[in-house]
Parts: sequence; structure tokens; C-alpha cells
Amino acid sequence: MEALDLARWQFGITTVYHFLFVPLTIGLGVFVAGLQTAWHRTGKEQYLRLTKFFGKLFLINFAMGVVTGIVQEFQFGMNWSEYSVFVGDVFGAPLALEALIAFFLESTFLGLWIFGWDRLPKRVHLASIWAAVIGSNLSAYFILAANAWMKHPVGYEVVDGRARMTDLWAVLTNSTALAQVPHVVAASFVVAGGFVLAVCGHHILKERRRDPDRTVPVRRGAGSMWHTPMRAALVMTAVAGAVVAGTGDLSGKLLYEQQPMKLAAAEGLEHDTAGAGFSPVPGVEIPMLLSLLATNDPDAVVQGTEDIQKRFEERFGPGDYRPNVPVVYLSFRVMIVFGLATTGLSVLALWLTRRRRGRRAGGPQRELPSWLARAFLLALPLPVLAVIAGWLLSEIGRQPWTVQGELLTAASVSPGVSLAEVAVSLAVFTLLYGLLAVAEAVLLVRHVKEGPEPAAPAADGGRDGRGGRRDGGDGGTAARLQPTLMY
Amino acid sequence: MELTTLWFSIIAFLWTGFFVLEGFDFGVGMLTPLVSRGEPERKQALATIGPVWDGNEVWLISAVGAMFAAFPAWYAGLLSEFYLPVVLVLTGLIIRGVGLEWRGKVRHSSDRAWCDLGIAAGSALPAFLWGAVFAALLHDGAAAALVGGAFSLVLCLLHGAVFLALKTSGPVRTRARRAALAASAVALPLGAVALSGIPAAAAAAAGGAAPLLWACALAAMSALAAGVALTWRGRDGWAFTATASAIALTVAALFTALWPAPLPGLTVAEAASGPYTLTTLTWIGLLVLPFVLAYQGWTYWVFRRRLTAAAS
Ligand code: HDD
Ligand code: HEM
Ligand code: HEM
Repeated sequence: MEALDLARWQFGITTVYHFLFVPLTIGLGVFVAGLQTAWHRTGKEQYLRLTKFFGKLFLINFAMGVVTGIVQEFQFGMNWSEYSVFVGDVFGAPLALEALIAFFLESTFLGLWIFGWDRLPKRVHLASIWAAVIGSNLSAYFILAANAWMKHPVGYEVVDGRARMTDLWAVLTNSTALAQVPHVVAASFVVAGGFVLAVCGHHILKERRRDPDRTVPVRRGAGSMWHTPMRAALVMTAVAGAVVAGTGDLSGKLLYEQQPMKLAAAEGLEHDTAGAGFSPVPGVEIPMLLSLLATNDPDAVVQGTEDIQKRFEERFGPGDYRPNVPVVYLSFRVMIVFGLATTGLSVLALWLTRRRRGRRAGGPQRELPSWLARAFLLALPLPVLAVIAGWLLSEIGRQPWTVQGELLTAASVSPGVSLAEVAVSLAVFTLLYGLLAVAEAVLLVRHVKEGPEPAAPAADGGRDGRGGRRDGGDGGTAARLQPTLMY
Repeated sequence: MELTTLWFSIIAFLWTGFFVLEGFDFGVGMLTPLVSRGEPERKQALATIGPVWDGNEVWLISAVGAMFAAFPAWYAGLLSEFYLPVVLVLTGLIIRGVGLEWRGKVRHSSDRAWCDLGIAAGSALPAFLWGAVFAALLHDGAAAALVGGAFSLVLCLLHGAVFLALKTSGPVRTRARRAALAASAVALPLGAVALSGIPAAAAAAAGGAAPLLWACALAAMSALAAGVALTWRGRDGWAFTATASAIALTVAALFTALWPAPLPGLTVAEAASGPYTLTTLTWIGLLVLPFVLAYQGWTYWVFRRRLTAAAS
């Protein structure tokens, strides 16, 4: 056991953990902003209650995203000082821009949103959540551009053993980044959509248990307030799923050109093969599919791990350039199957709850079958597992390089940091993160079960003696519900 | 100005922003259990920093990010050499962040008490440790690090107490003013030792007197004393300006003393990124920073009102 091994475990654990919260921030933020926009447009109190409800879940999650993100920002210097010195000139730039352009925007406007319900004019308050959401998505772009550079370094030259940036624009428009950003952001929307579906499914089932004879039919406007967020989440998951598949295909083609070893490992392909097949599970093979996926040409030659290994030895000297093939192979399949299963579920649900035919537009939706509502509960864990698997594919598949073709992981680690030091920090973070995971889960479950605040009595709604407010008729409701988001 | 000097100054500016802004919310975090009795007063105290603490923390993230981009070897050297203190800083920032965000979302008062403990301990750890780390860069020996850490801690306490007095009314304000005066009894003598240590270390390293640094340290000392006097006279706004200036001058002195070798054996020139990166980032920074300052300033304007225990 060396410091290197522990440093790798620590990076893997803390980064995967950070990414448990990131997708919800990216996707759920947009969802909450959309709900608040709906409230702003229609004035329906139901949308305000949903905004507050999902807003609260969003904030519980956001806290974890922020605190685990800070660790990420420091970790490169702590455990990977040789890496940082080598890449800082190029890699540090998007990180600095992320903080300056994205994190300031996100954190400042989220503060305004949480505490600004009765301080800001309604429009400005709505604009605050959108500004925060734009910040989150910008942050994803910058960090993923940095990450893409590790897989496909561009816009630099090596001078005196350090990478020197020659073209920032090339770094920010790296082909790998342009495929990866929409892939990861769309995957985040799948995660967030799945989360909303699970919440809606839980509440719809609960309503049905309370009202087994269905005296209140689950129909638009008639009974359940969960119908609208459910439909919105179904559309979000279906559309995002299509984007994920399209950009994933693009990523695969880029791997063929840029990271052939990762592609070979993802299929467990040992030797260069023309018309290479794809095996959904070991033993079963669909002929020529891999060549088709990688190049659009079913007869193309896909390189295999053993043959690439020989070529790499000639080019880079002796060493083992193969990643952990079984892990990469498995991750690839888990990502695709679990992710697309969620999208498939959404498409199915959209179909089963489509409007009845023969009625004018706006006619009632078909009722959601209870078994489908139960299946929605799976839409929470499946996409989460899919994105984790995606990152394992991406990062483990890149091994033994930190910067493809330029810097080995073994040469990236901090020389001055001892095994004991890394062990201490690994233990501290793992323990702390474990405790916080339990607390976070308990908080989320409790708030999900509790549901939104009850509707205001008809007499309320801003005309409660504090008339003349600048933020219009629902200001009273906003003020009444406000404490739920603050201390 | 030459590019490495410019970027060293920008990084000093970002650290200054961090210590001045996060300094008071560290202080408020530590003081909340002391200056508030009962839940409405707790909320009142914490609501003074509620909307801004995360934005303040991004000053640290920006400072560290800018070091990574502009002086990779400084970033890597600092964080790997002070490995365990940095682990503790991060632990503090983690428990403080979740404490602040989750406090309003837990049900039981015992859970809230855990959050309050997390906020206080998580504020104290980084407040102490950053001071200790920077002192250790200037001086050898554990004693200097202890003095530096203690001064940074009590400076945050003082700054936070003055901020609380400025932003609240009622019993919390009264207790915050008392806390400020109590903190100053430690801050003034400790400051005299810690602040004079900065020019002394620089003079020893350079082999000569450091008149500019002495002036800076004396100015910081006077600002500190002025802050105490103004608090005594109830001039909250001016007192806050004075403690903020004291912190800014301290950080300015610190970074001046660290020039041109921010780490032992590493000069800024050796650590710096290439001219292309520095020039490009300078232009982007010039374009973006005014907006950041404008909207952060506007946030403080939106939340400028004093908070009462009932209305928070
Ligand atoms: C909902 C989640 C999800 C789903 C359904 C998919 N992916 Fe994905 N995939 C990710 C979530 C993800 C991810 C977590 O977002 C990764 C990890 C790093 C990255 O860039 O995205 C990823 C990486 C990733 C990579 C590695 C890119 C690289 O390392 O350069 C490839 C080749 C694919 N994906 C391909 C696909 C294909 C062909 C898919 C199905 C049609 C697919 N992905 C569905
Ligand atoms: C947030 C999602 C991410 C996940 C889940 C993830 C996952 C991982 C994992 C599991 C490892 C360990 C690989 C091994 O042990 O072989 C790793 C390594 C690493 N990744 Fe990522 N990663 C993510 C994002 C990033 C990003 C955005 C960057 C760069 C900006 C990055 C840079 C690195 C570095 C520097 C290492 C350490 C050296 C190494 O072992 O390769 N990762 N990552
Ligand atoms: C491994 C490299 C990474 C580093 C160094 C890093 C750094 C950070 C930092 C410092 C924060 C806290 C900002 C604050 O206080 O508001 C943060 C939060 C965040 N990060 Fe990361 N991050 C990494 C990976 C990623 C990836 C891969 C994504 C997205 C695809 C991402 C998206 C976000 C978002 C949206 C937030 C906002 C807070 C939240 O998640 O709830 N990060 N990150």
C-alpha cells in the first residue's frame, strides 16, 4: 500500500460523492425555477406550494454539493501536487473561471432567492433563481472542459516539463468537452427528473391509499397536485434521455479517435478486429455493432487492448497501459442500461397517461396506473447508479494516465505527502461523508413525506391586512411560507 | 505592471476579500451561541449572515482557483505542505456549511443544537488555522503559528461581534457589543505581537529594515484600536469599517512580506504560469470582476436593514 493508492481512493470516493449531489443541483434547480415561473405567470397558489416544496429539497441537497465541492477544489494541490504543477497553466484556467464566473453567480443569487421572498420585487426574485441556475450550469461547463482536457489535451505545448497553454479557446471548445458537457448535463436532468418522479409516485400512491375508491380522480386540476410536476418530469426525463443517448454516441466516436484503449476496455476487446461486435452481456455478441457505434462503418477496425498495449510500449516505453478492464466493461453497461431504463419508463408513462382521443384539446388525461406509480420509485436510484457508472468508465478507463499520453497517474501524486497523512484524511473524509449521507437521507425522506404546506384558506392570499404590497396578490402567501426556506 | 506582480496582487486581493467578508461570518458563527438566548434570537443572529455566507466563501474558492491557474507550484506546494491543517480547514468548512443550510430544516431542538455546534466549531477551525498557516510561512516554530492562529481567531470574533452589533437590535446587539469589547481585550495585545512579527520576519529575511511593512502593521494596529473605540461609542458602521480595514491591512502586510518568495525556496517567478495564460485571465478577470463586485454589493444593500428578533 502506497500513498498513491490511498490518494486515488480518496479522489474517487470524494469525487463520486460530490457527484451524487451535483446532478440534482443542476436539474432540480431548473425544475424549481420553472415551477416558480409557472406561479409567476398563472398566479396559482398550487405552483407556489410546489416551488417551496421542491425548493426545500433542492436546498437540502445543495448544501451537500457545496461543501463537498470545496474539498474538490483543494484536493488537486493536496494529493496531486505533481499533477497540479504540470497542468496548472492549462487546467487551472477553467477552474479559476468557474469560481469567478459561475460560483459567485450561483451562491450570491441563491442567497438572494432564499432570503429575498419579501424583500425583492416578484420579478427580481424570480430572476434570482434563474441566475443561480445559470451559475450551476456554467460551473458544469467549466469543470467538464477541464476534465475533458485530461482525456484529450489540446491548446498547449510542453515547455520545461510543464504544460503551457497556447490557446484558451481551443481548451474551452475541445471536441471532447463539447460532447461531454451536454452528455453530463442531460444525464443530470435525467437524475433530477427521476427524483421528481419518485417523489410524485410516492405521493400519488399515498393519496390512493387514503382514498381507495378514487372519489377524487387523479386528473388535471381535479384532484392531485402531483399531476403537473409528474408530467413535467416525464417530459424532462424523456427529452434529456434522448440527448444523453445522442451525445453518448458522439462520445463513443471520439473515444475511437482519442482514447482507443478506453473503448477497447469498455468492450473487453483484446485484439484489433474488423467488424467488431458488441456484447450486451458476456457471451452474447451482436455482430459489427461496436464498429458501427464507433465509426458509423460496420466493417471498420476497432483496436484491441493487447495490440494497443504493444503500440504504447513502443511509443511510451515499458509499462502497463491497460486500465482495469472488468470494471470499465461493467460500468459501460450499467450506465447505458440503468440510464436508458429510466428514459424508457418515462416514455411509457407519457404514452399511458396521454390524453383520451376524441375529445377537444385539454380533455382529461388517462389515469396513471398504480403499478407505474410504484415503478417511479425506481427512477430515483437507477439514473444515480448510471451516472456513477459513467464516471467510473470515464476515469478508470483513462488509467494509467491522468493526462492522456502526457502524464501518468503514478507521476501525478504529491511526493512530500506521507502514507499516514493520506490515510488520516481519507479516514476523516470517509467518516464525515458517511455521517452526512445518513443525515441528508433522513432529512430528505422526512421532507418528502411531509409534502408541501397545506393550501391557504380562501380568505388569505395577500389580502390579510398588509395590503398595498408591491409584489402583488400572492405576497401574503409568499411571506407566510417563507420561513420554511430560511433558518 | 509586470504580469507576475499583477497576479500576486490579484491573489492577495482575493484573500483579503475572503478574510474581510468570511471573517465576520466566521465570527458570527462562533458568537451566536454566546450572544443569543432562545430560538428567535438565534435566528436573528444567524440571519445576519444567512444570505451572504456562501457568496463570501467563494472568495476563498476564487483565491485558491486563481493560485492554481496563475502560480500552480504555489498552489500545490502550500496545500501539500500544510496537508493536515488543510484537512481540518475543510472539515470545518463542511460542518459549518451543512449546519447553516440544514438548521432551518431539522425538526428537533436537539438537532438544531448540533447544527449550532457545527456552525461554531466549523467557523473556529478555519479562522484559527488560516492564521496559523500564514504565520508558519513567515516564522519557524510552533509558538509563532499558535500566536498567528490565535490572533486570526480573535480578530474574526471581534469583527463578527462588530458586524452583529451593526446588523441587529435589542438584546443581541447589547451582548454583541459586550462581546466585541471582551474580544478586544485579547485582540489588542495579541495583535501587537502578531502584527509586529510580520515586518520583523521580513526584515530578518531581507537583511534590512522594512519601513513600508512597519507602516502597514502600525496602520492595522491603529485601525484595530479605532474599531474598539468606535464600538465603545456605539458608532457601529464606522467600527465595522475600522475592523474591516484592520483585517485588510493585516493581509496586505502578510502578502507584502511573502513577496517574492511565497513559499520557502519558491519564488513567484518560478511558480508562475506562462504569459499567455496570465494575460488571457487578466482580460477575462477585468471584464467579469466589476459585475461580481456590483451584484455582491447589491446583495448587501438589499439586506441592509437591522434585524429584530421577531422579524428575522
Ligand atoms: C443517465 C446517465 C447516463 C446514460 C443513460 C448514458 N450515459 Fe454515458 N456517461 C454518463 C452518464 C450516462 C456520465 C456520468 O455523465 C459520463 C461520465 C463522464 C461523462 O462525460 O459522462 C458518461 C460517459 C460516457 C462515455 C465516456 C466518455 C469519455 O470518457 O470520454 C461514453 C463513451 C458514453 N458515456 C457513452 C454513452 C452511450 C453510448 C450511452 C447510451 C446510449 C450513454 N453513454 C448513456
Ligand atoms: C464528478 C464526477 C467524477 C467522478 C465520479 C470521477 C471519478 C473518478 C474516479 C473513480 C477516479 C479514480 C480512478 C482510479 O482509481 O483509477 C478518478 C480519478 C481522477 N479524476 Fe475523476 N471523476 C469525476 C470528475 C472529474 C473531474 C471533473 C476531473 C477534473 C476536473 C477529474 C480528475 C481526476 C483526477 C485528477 C484523478 C486522480 C488521478 C487518477 O486516479 O486518475 N475527475 N476520478
Ligand atoms: C473534480 C473536479 C471538481 C472540482 C474541483 C469542483 C469544485 C467545486 C466547488 C469548489 C464547489 C463549491 C462551490 C460553492 O461553494 O458554491 C462545487 C460545487 C458544485 N460543483 Fe463541483 N467540482 C468538481 C466536479 C464537478 C463536476 C464534474 C460538476 C458537474 C458536471 C460539478 C458541478 C458542481 C455544481 C453544480 C456545484 C454547485 C453546488 C452543488 O453541487 O450543489 N462539479 N464544485
